[in-house]
Order: sequence, then structure tokens, then C-alpha cells
Amino acid sequence: MSHETLTTLLWLAPLPPILAFAVIALFTNRYRQTSSTIAVLAMIASLVMSFIVFFSVWQMKDLGKKPIGGQIGWLPTGETVLNIGVAVDPLGATFLFMVPLACTLIFIYSVGYMSADPRYTRFFAYLSLFAGSMMGLVVSDNLLTLFIFWELMGFCSYSLIGFFYQKPSAYKAAVKAFMTTRVGDMLLLLGMVYLYAQTGTLNFHAILRSEEVLKELAATPAVLGLGISAAGLIAILIFGGTVGKSAQWPLHVWLPDAMEGPTPVSAMIHAATMVSAGIFMLLRFFPLLLAAGEHSAAFTIVGLIGAFTAFLGATIAVAQYDIKRVLAFSTISQLGFMVAAVGIGAYVAAAFHLLTHAFFKALLFLASGSVIHGVEHGHHHVSHAHHSGHASHSGHGDDAHNGHDAHGEHAGDDAHAFDPQDMRNMGGLRARMPITFVTFLIGGLALAGFPFITAGFWSKDEIFADAYYHGLVKGNGLAALVFVVLVVSALLTAFYTMRQIAMTFLGQPRTEAAAHATESAPTMTFPLIVLAVFALFIGFINIPKDFPIFGALMGDGAFWLKNFIASMLLEKPEPLAFNVVPVLFSIGVALGGLALGWLVYARNPLQAGQTDPVEKLPMFNFLYHRWYWDELYRKIFINPLQAIADNYSRVVDKGVIDRILEGGYALGARVTQGFAEFDRVVITGFSDAVGRFFRNLGDWGRELQTGQVQNYLLSGLIMVIAILVFFLFLFQ
Amino acid sequence: MLSLITFVPLAGAAIVAFAPQRLARVIALGASLVAFALSLALLAGFDAAQAGYQFVESAPWIPQFGIGYKMGVDGISVWLILLTTFIFPIALWFSGESIRERERAYYALMLLMETATLGVFLALDMFLFYVFWEFALVPMYFIIGLWGGERRAYASVKFFIYTMAGSVLMLIAILALGISAGTFDLEAIARDNGAFAANTLLFLAFAIAFAIKVPVFPFHTWLPDAHVEAPTAGSVILASVLLKMGSYGLIRFNLQLFPEASAAFAPLMIALAVIGILYGAAVAFAQSDAKKLVAYSSVSHMGYILLGIFALNQIGIQGAILQMVNHGLSTGGLFLIIGFIYERRHTREMNRFGGLWAKMPLYGALALILALSSAGLPALNGFVGEFVILQGAFAENPLATAFAAFGMVLSAAYLLTMFQKIFLGESRDPANDALRDLNWREVVSVAPLIVMCFVIGLYAAPFFNLMSSSVTGLLTGAGLAMK
Repeated sequence: MSHETLTTLLWLAPLPPILAFAVIALFTNRYRQTSSTIAVLAMIASLVMSFIVFFSVWQMKDLGKKPIGGQIGWLPTGETVLNIGVAVDPLGATFLFMVPLACTLIFIYSVGYMSADPRYTRFFAYLSLFAGSMMGLVVSDNLLTLFIFWELMGFCSYSLIGFFYQKPSAYKAAVKAFMTTRVGDMLLLLGMVYLYAQTGTLNFHAILRSEEVLKELAATPAVLGLGISAAGLIAILIFGGTVGKSAQWPLHVWLPDAMEGPTPVSAMIHAATMVSAGIFMLLRFFPLLLAAGEHSAAFTIVGLIGAFTAFLGATIAVAQYDIKRVLAFSTISQLGFMVAAVGIGAYVAAAFHLLTHAFFKALLFLASGSVIHGVEHGHHHVSHAHHSGHASHSGHGDDAHNGHDAHGEHAGDDAHAFDPQDMRNMGGLRARMPITFVTFLIGGLALAGFPFITAGFWSKDEIFADAYYHGLVKGNGLAALVFVVLVVSALLTAFYTMRQIAMTFLGQPRTEAAAHATESAPTMTFPLIVLAVFALFIGFINIPKDFPIFGALMGDGAFWLKNFIASMLLEKPEPLAFNVVPVLFSIGVALGGLALGWLVYARNPLQAGQTDPVEKLPMFNFLYHRWYWDELYRKIFINPLQAIADNYSRVVDKGVIDRILEGGYALGARVTQGFAEFDRVVITGFSDAVGRFFRNLGDWGRELQTGQVQNYLLSGLIMVIAILVFFLFLFQ
Repeated sequence: MLSLITFVPLAGAAIVAFAPQRLARVIALGASLVAFALSLALLAGFDAAQAGYQFVESAPWIPQFGIGYKMGVDGISVWLILLTTFIFPIALWFSGESIRERERAYYALMLLMETATLGVFLALDMFLFYVFWEFALVPMYFIIGLWGGERRAYASVKFFIYTMAGSVLMLIAILALGISAGTFDLEAIARDNGAFAANTLLFLAFAIAFAIKVPVFPFHTWLPDAHVEAPTAGSVILASVLLKMGSYGLIRFNLQLFPEASAAFAPLMIALAVIGILYGAAVAFAQSDAKKLVAYSSVSHMGYILLGIFALNQIGIQGAILQMVNHGLSTGGLFLIIGFIYERRHTREMNRFGGLWAKMPLYGALALILALSSAGLPALNGFVGEFVILQGAFAENPLATAFAAFGMVLSAAYLLTMFQKIFLGESRDPANDALRDLNWREVVSVAPLIVMCFVIGLYAAPFFNLMSSSVTGLLTGAGLAMK
């Protein structure tokens, strides 16, 4: 395929979903079937174009050096013009594969999942814009349009998290997500402004593949005398954007609340779009981090925040009961793995884990949605039978669907609040929902890093290998720390995953609702199956060449991803020699954590009414309340801001400024009284004439007459005359 | 041409004054639309490559004092002319919804104000400028005082006192400058500004006069009161057009005539800009009256414009000029949005709404677009302006830029909070049950603003291209170009 055609496809790829948004919002918002069909077809069109691009470039060896794309001038800024454009490079190409694929599956799933929601069309409009924005972000060849789509995604997530906007918890979560990520966005914006001020361009290729520009940035000291290089400060500011978008500590608090949105939205946010975008951008700017120096503050900050977040998320996930909240914290933790990997220079490993994670996390969220859907169905079935005395199941299918996700809205219908997302209300779903169970199990095993047969194992192992090599072989302290923390986090990950699988699917149902749960419709299970296939096999895109057996099996296909995307970097990273120690660690923690979870939760499954064993842990409350970060932020940021805001207008505006003004006015009034004396004696006749003139201006003029105004006009006029006279004398 | 644009509304005012009450609005609307059409023709004939004034008209007026009638337009003022002639028809159109008494006087005053504001942006003679300036403010005083809300007397007097204080300072400065220079011709003084370039006193006199109008912290307290009491159309004009007289004056007078003093005072002005941005945003956050919230958001947004102007470089000033237009569109739009609900419920207390999106989906969508435009969401106009301003300011003062960027976080906070209180959640007052969605007249009033928000947000290049020669010329002429 010619480069021109590919460039055209790149320009077009994000458009169908964005147009679908416009068409649904403006024209078809009353027609449910039409709207969802438009959305799905548009997404498929985008998928087809992306795949054509991907399969045209995936074997190009020098794509990193010469990305394909085109530009147009967009924003004149003084002497320079800011160009915008599209491009595909190896990193972008891999995303052109993952993003539209995951989005398409989520769209198809949503057709089934949202089928009874009254705002079905609005949902598909937002979802389309969300997907289109992510596509735009992926094809952007410059930071400005990346930022534009980045912010549009922020808006979409705001709208979708707050989709059930009558619920206070939903709109609060929406505002929280938008505000928290926006803090990071502003750091990113500053980084962008700084970068542009330094280099005069925002084009990725021009900055990040130019030795000259990078050297210059590394040699320039940062503004404000911070003692680091411009490259380092810009990298840190840009990383701020990642911290917000990819939910890293300290801006991680929005992501768990984001599950207030419908479950497909969670899958979008956690896998295909939002949080992936943050890591994607960090990977893009990896050369800038390198330019800042291997032991620079930038790398250290990235590595520490990533490792800490990985640990934080994993510990909290252990003590959660909400099936989606466990997954939310696991996302935070896994993103921490990726960020930490970037922080120790493991560029390819981070990208690899991002790709595999996108598939298995999308799978886990969609499967959990299926679980919730099934349990809710069971609950409605039971409570209906209970209320009316006979179970006329078929006639109330619609009612049963109405409730899911928005169950808060319908709380009044229920005699007691039943939480269909609480894993304590589940159990034994394996038999009731076999497809959901098997696919969830595959996703869970991938998350836990079950050896060899899951994608998660290969990508996590890659991170361990890098961290081990840099940390324990080369003696880099940061990498060693990262290695230890990630190993512990991986152990916890395997443990909480097993806990989740056991509590949800194994043993006996702990509620009537769980006992009557039903498997979901094919529109929902089909995407699960496809994603499960990827969760198993996507890892084979980057099998280490000299890994026993598997490396040989892959032949030339080994390290495809590494060979492909490492051409993004100026210096291709040396492939690490195979080392068995980190592999043993990654097998050990995965199996160990799973076994531990098995021992605690699967051997003797939780009975109805029985307390979860983790509650016996001394720090259970601390973990359950997420280390109290939300409470802390409320105390140190939100409350003071509120107090400042509440008091400032009273104290400063009314208390100080207006008081001064009134004082000045009183003084002025005294002065004008002096004038008035003068006025009475000298200008009375004149002002009377003026007054008469005004009164005769016609009837509309009369309507304006108020004594007060006349006085003001008069005193103004007098002042003008007085000053004029004064100056004429002064300057003669 | 320029005089024609300027005085068409005045002619309209004269006709309105003697026409029957019921025709007042139609005539006023017609006159303002003629002015808009003429200014589009002006835009079509405008030569972007030329840095200096175009369409210049000049006639002696009081030659003894060197006072002349001189008008001209350049790449800076041309956008303000278009903004003014674009906003006035919208405000007059919407006035039909809310103004039901003494219509003749109202429409005549509005048209008088349009003539005066156009004159302010076009005048090239300082004395003429002052005359127009005064004529622009007096009608607003009446509009607040006669068609305003409950505390209109207090608000209008406060408005007038502030305004007079600024005017007096400006008049002193104009007279001092004009008499010592021997001419009131702005172009001539700017060309040969050596004697005053560093004159602190004159700089301050002008700066304070314009700062009151912008308004710059701490001269802003008149603004929330004036906005809250003004009728909707008055608020729209006040925010969209009248405030721009201040920021325009800062560029035209302070930067052009006193470049050295401007450079010396730039740090102070930037500090005030940043204080305004953060302070306005923080106070906006605490308001429960939607209109007051938007009024304080104006204080915050005008801070960005001030920041861009006193970055004293090409990018910053261009951003500031574009942001003047953006602020006019977004904030004007938000005042309309609040006007819609006020006409229905006669309250603006956000706590008495809630859940309106379900009842008024179209209204909710339009309000959300304008709120996001004001909050600087990319693809809408506010982002382009703020990004360019920050780019300009960064070269001058990175730390101030960082604080200013934080203001964008706060602006999202108060605007989304406003949106949430009115539109999301459950209704908090049974009176909301009877609400109906927007009628076509209301949609017509706000639609042009929203379209322009998208146009500028998606492709702002034409706007910058038209102003860039003039801004370059201004900076070169003032000797600031090499900064």
C-alpha cells in the first residue's frame, strides 16, 4: 500500500466514530436501533482502516526512523506555525491494532448490556466520541493534537462516568474524575508549553528522534533554577499528565470511583482508552527521559511513583468486596507496573504489558459486567417471585434489565438494598454462568501471570527480567527496589485474583439472587470469548528469543514487538541475555499467590454469613478504606479551598476593597460638597439650563429622569470643565 | 465606511426614539444587523498584510488643540468591531424575551451604546476616544438602573462611581498627554513616543482607568454587582463588549504609547493577572447565584487576557486578542443560558434547580458546551486562546504561567459544579416540574455563539493571520519586538 493511501487512512481512521457521535447527537437520538447500529458500524469502519494500516506496516524495519504520515498548518504562533498531522510509527501501529479491536468488542457488548437503558442512544453517542478521541490520540503525530484528544477523552469519561446523572454518587465520581485528571493535564499543558518554547515544534518525530534537539534540551538548564535539565523538567511535567490519566499515586483516587459508569465504560477506561493513553504518551516521550539521563530525577520520580502505585493498588485490592472495585485497584496496580518499568528504562516491557493488560483487563471488566447482569437478573427474578407470589419470568424481562448499574435509582423498588456487585452476595456462579466463568478465569489467570499459557505472564516476566538485570546484575539501586516491590505486588495480585474468582464463582451461592443468576446473551458473551483468546495468546508477540522451548518455537517471530518498536529509539536497546532467576520469581509469585488464594478461599469456600478471612488482618480497615487517601485529600485540599472560596468574597471583596472604596467615596462626597457650594453660587443658572434641555429631549428622555443621575452627570460635567480649565492654565 | 458602521446604530436609535413602542425591537435589530453586515464587508476588504491602520477617516474637529475626528481600523481592532456587531443583534434579539416596559428607551440606549463602543475601538484621536468611552458607559448605567434587578440602585451607582473614577483619571492623562504633545492624534503620538515612553504617571493613570474596566483585581468588585442586577442582555453586552474596552485600551494606549513603562510594570501587571485568575476562580466556586458565578469567572478569564498582554510578546498579545473574542462568545453565551432559566423561574439560585437535564435536554446540552468552552476544553475556542496566552507568558515568566495554568483546573471545578447543581441529580424544587425546553427564539439567540465557539476551537488560524501584522507592527513600533 502506498504511503499516500496509508496517510489518508490515518486521517480517516478516527473520523467514523466522531461522526457517529455527531449524527447520533443531532439526528438519530430518538431511534435506538439506528443509533447503536451507526455506532457499531462506524467503529468497525475505523477498525478496518486501522487494521489495513497495521498490516501494511507491521513488518517494516525502519518505520521508527521514517514514520508514515502527513501534516497541515493549524495554529500560527508568532513567527512559527504549529503544524498538526497524523503519523504511524511502530508504537502507534501496535495501538492501531489494540485500540479499535478492544473498542469494537466493547461496542458489541454494549448493544446487549445497555439494551434496556432509557438513554441508550446517548450512551452510544458518548461511547463513539470516546473511541474516536482515542483513535485520534493514537494517530496524532504531535503533542498538541494528542493533548486535544486527551482532553476530549477527559470530557467523555466525565459524561460516561456520570451517565446515571440522577445518582449523586455518579455525578460526584464524574466531577472527581475530571478534576483529578485535570490536575495532571495542566502539568502536561505546562510541559507542552515549555517544550514548544524550547524547540519551536511539538512534532514527536522532530523532537524525539533528533539527537540534536534532545542534546540541546539536555544541555539547557531548567527554568526557575531547579537544578535539572530542561529535558528532565519537561519530562517530569509530561509525566504529570500520565499520573493523572493513568491513575498513579497521588492522583489515583478517581479511578475506583469511575466504576459508577456503566460497565462497558469501565472497560473502555481501564483498557482501550483513558489509562492506556497515559502510558502511551509516557512511552512516546521515553527518548526525552533518556536524554535527561539514566540517573536523572525524572527517571527516579517515574520509577518510584510507579512502584509505589503498584504496591498501593495491590494491597487495597485485597480488601475490597465490590467485584469492579477489585478490578479497578488491580488496574491502578498494573499501571504502576508499567510506569515502574519505564522508570527503570524497560521501554519495550512497559509497552508489552500495556498491550496484554488492555486485553485481559477489558475481558475482566466485561466478564464482571456479565456477572453483575446475571446476579441482578437473579435478584429481580427472586424479588419478583417473592412479591407477587408467582414468577411470570418472561413478562418482566425488561424490568429486570432496567435495574442494572443504575440500581441506586431503583432502590425504592427493593425492600432492602441489594448490591449485585458485592462478591459476598455471589458464590457458585460457575454452574450458572459457564461462559462467563471460563472467560473470567482466563482473564484472572492472565492478570495473575499464570506461567506460559497466559499473555500476562510473558509481559510481567519481561518487566521482571529488566528490573532484575538492571537492579541485581548491574547494581542500579532504583531498579533493585522496583524489582522487590513488583515481586511482592505480583504475589498480592495472584492472591486477590484467586480470592475474587473463588468468591464469585466457586462454592455454593450465598444469596438467592446468585442461585438464580443466568448466563448473559450472546452479544455479551461473544466479545468475552474473543478477548479471552487474546488474553491467552497475545503474549506470543514478544517471546524472548532464547527462552527455553518457547523461544525456539517462535523462531523468527520471537521478540517481534521488541524488534518492531525498539526502532523508535535512537539507540536500540541491547536484548538481555536469558536469565532464569527472574523467570523463577515470576513463576513463583504467580503460582504462590494463586495457591495461597486457593488455600484460603477455594478449599473451604465462603459460606453465607461467614466473615471474609482478610477481615482478620490487623490492617484490614486501613486497606478497605484505601489507605484513607480520599479522606486526606478532602482535609488538606478540598475543605481549605472551599473555606477560602466561601470566605474570600466576603472578607476581601466586601470587607476590604469595598470598605476602602466607601471611604474614598465619603471623602469624595465631601470634596464634591465643596464643589456644590461653588456650584450653587456660580453655575446654578447654567445647570438649570442644562436640566431644562434634558427635560425637553422628548418623552423617552423623560423616562430616564431621576434626580440622582442628574447629579452625577452634573458633577461629572463640572469636573471635566474644571480639569480642562486647570490644564489649559497649566500648560500655557 | 468606519463612520457608517459606527453611526448606523445611532441612526437606528434616533428612529427608535420616535417610532411606536412595538416596533422598537424590530428597528433596533435591523439597525444592528446592518452594522454587522457592514462590518463583514469591512472584514472582506481588510488587508491582512498591512500593519497600520486601514480605512482611515480624518477631519479636523478642534484644530486649536490638535483634536481631530480620526477613525481607523487595524488587525487588533477589527476583531473587536466584529465581536461588537455580532453580539449586539444577539442581545437585542434576546431582549424581546425579557424587556417588557419602556422598550423604546431601552432599545435606543442599547443602540447608543453600540455606536459608542464601536467608536471606542475605532477612534484614533484620544479626545474622540474619550467621548465615545463616556457615551458607552452612561447607557449601561441606565440599563442597569432602570431595567435591573432588586438591588439595581446600589449596583448602578457602584458601576457609575468606579467608571467615573476611571474616566477622570483617563481624562487627566489624555489632556496632559495631548496638550504636551500638541496633538491628540494617537497615531502621531505613538510614532513619536520618545518623550513619554517611560512616563510612569501617565502609564499608571491609563492603566488604572483601563484596569477598572477590565476589571483587574482589586478593581473588580463593581462587576459582580453590576452583572447580577443587569438584565440579561445588559450582562451579555457588559461581559462581551464593555470589558474589552479596558483590555483594548491597555494595548492601544499603555503598550503603544508607554512601552518602557509597560516593560517596567509588566511584573506587577502579571502578578495582578495571576491573582485575578486564581482569586476570581476561587470566589466563583463559592457562589450559589449562577450569574454571580459567571461574573466572577469573568474576573478570572480577563486575568488571562491581562497576562497575555503583559507578556509583551507577539504570541501573548495575539492570544490575548483572540481571548477577548473568546470570552465575549463564551461568557456572553453563559449569561444567555442563565437568562433562559431566569425568565422561567425568576431565580438564579442554583440550589433550587437540579436534574434539569432530564426535562430540558437541549438546554442542558447547549449549557454544557458553553461551560466547557469557558473551561478551556480543546476543540472549543477557550482552549486555543488560553494555550496561546500561556505560550506567550511562559517566555516572560514561567512561574506565573504555572499558576495561571492551575486556574484552568479551578475553572473546570466551578463550571462543572454549576452544571451539576443545575442539571444533574434530582430536582430540588417542585417548581422545576413545569419547565419546558428552549423555544426556537432562545435557540436562535445562542446558536451563533456556539457555532463560533466551534469554529475558533477547530481552526483559529484565520483569526491570527489577520491580526499578526498589526501586532508585529505594534511591537516593533513600541520597540518591544526584540524582547
